[in-house]
Amino acid sequence: MTKTTDQLGALFTSAPGRLAERVLLATNTGRFYDTIPGPTGELLVGWSDAGVFGIAPDSEKERFLATHSRGDLAPIANKLPGRLRAQVTKAIDSGKLGAVDVDLSELTEFQQAVLRKTAEIPPGQLRPYGWVAREIGRPGATRAVGSALNKNPVPVLIPCHRVGKSDGTVGEYAYGPAMKRALLRHEGLDADAVDKAAGRGVRFVGSATTKIYCHPTCRHAQRIREENRIELRDVSAAASRGLRACKVCRPAAAA
Amino acid sequence: MATATVQASALASRLAQDVDAAFPDLVLAFQDRLYSGIRTYVGAAEAEDVTQETFIRVHKALHSYEASRIEALALSGWIWTIALNLCRNWFRTRSRRPKSVQLSFDRADTASVESEALDTAMLDEWRERLASLPPPQRDAVVLRHVVGLSYREIAAATDRPEGTTKTDVSRGLAALRRVLSQEESS
Repeated sequence: MTKTTDQLGALFTSAPGRLAERVLLATNTGRFYDTIPGPTGELLVGWSDAGVFGIAPDSEKERFLATHSRGDLAPIANKLPGRLRAQVTKAIDSGKLGAVDVDLSELTEFQQAVLRKTAEIPPGQLRPYGWVAREIGRPGATRAVGSALNKNPVPVLIPCHRVGKSDGTVGEYAYGPAMKRALLRHEGLDADAVDKAAGRGVRFVGSATTKIYCHPTCRHAQRIREENRIELRDVSAAASRGLRACKVCRPAAAA
Repeated sequence: MATATVQASALASRLAQDVDAAFPDLVLAFQDRLYSGIRTYVGAAEAEDVTQETFIRVHKALHSYEASRIEALALSGWIWTIALNLCRNWFRTRSRRPKSVQLSFDRADTASVESEALDTAMLDEWRERLASLPPPQRDAVVLRHVVGLSYREIAAATDRPEGTTKTDVSRGLAALRRVLSQEESS
């Protein structure tokens, strides 16, 4: 006959899979997800008590759940609470992060700085990786900026699609360049026109009247009339024409 | 056991820093042990609800404690104090409590249904035997041999001296062996 203690030990079992989910829902301590309409299709939104920790196209659900799992526990399907839903929807519609709490706590300080700076780029505008690097005080870290943006856990919400290559082209995107271009188009920026100008060697645009030069997509650059518009290949070209850098889009390091 | 204790105290520190952030890890760390032990008191049908209620009370209590108090908690014993209380009072307070909604789930195949039924039958037999023990012996036997707690953790859970819990376990086991031999001879 089996020992009594062995028989007692055999009563040990695993908790039902849905138990942890039920507890985390009841205590609101879990990591949850829902889908919301986005500019280029449905978006997955992952959130916890600490804020939004993840955004991804709905088509990337498997990768999204794997990336944001903790131990064996994947984010739990749940209904995005009304207040947060309103904030996230407003942020995505307006292209400005606004009041949304994003949970970047698992990222390095550098990655956080890159993403916070990126969140300042206005909708429909493009800045090169090098600009972000310079703005956060790490002018040599252009490549690291690119890789931090590639790992942006909350794309669209933090608009890494508004950062492009140093040659002025729109460049790559974690979910494919087509989505990046579609997001920019949705904000009123023609990605093909951006690439075409970059292909001609245009990095900056100056005004013959104001004597100021900008990134080509800065709202001040877009106001320059055709006859006053000066296309520039680099900063020294601007300097030789006596132009100063725009204080809004800051195309060059402060002298 | 030594590693489990180290992990538990690391968890207590994390809970002291941020209850909500560390709570999912507490659930994952304790759910199997709690569910297994609780099942021997309330049966398979109720165990999930009682385990859930235990976690909800643990969460509520943690939010009412100062960080220093959480840091000093011997988690396992403390959680089991809450669980044992619920197990003892579950059926008494049952009628006053609204029944929670049962989530539907797919039955994989008939084989698993059969093995589950066999499992439940075995559990119910043991539940009856354990229920025949004096409560301190029942608690000590379940916590030691079903759940796998140390005598120190059992002592904390039941608020009895460690030496007494050892006696409770051995007396409880002896009583169970008598019950088993009676079952065989009858």
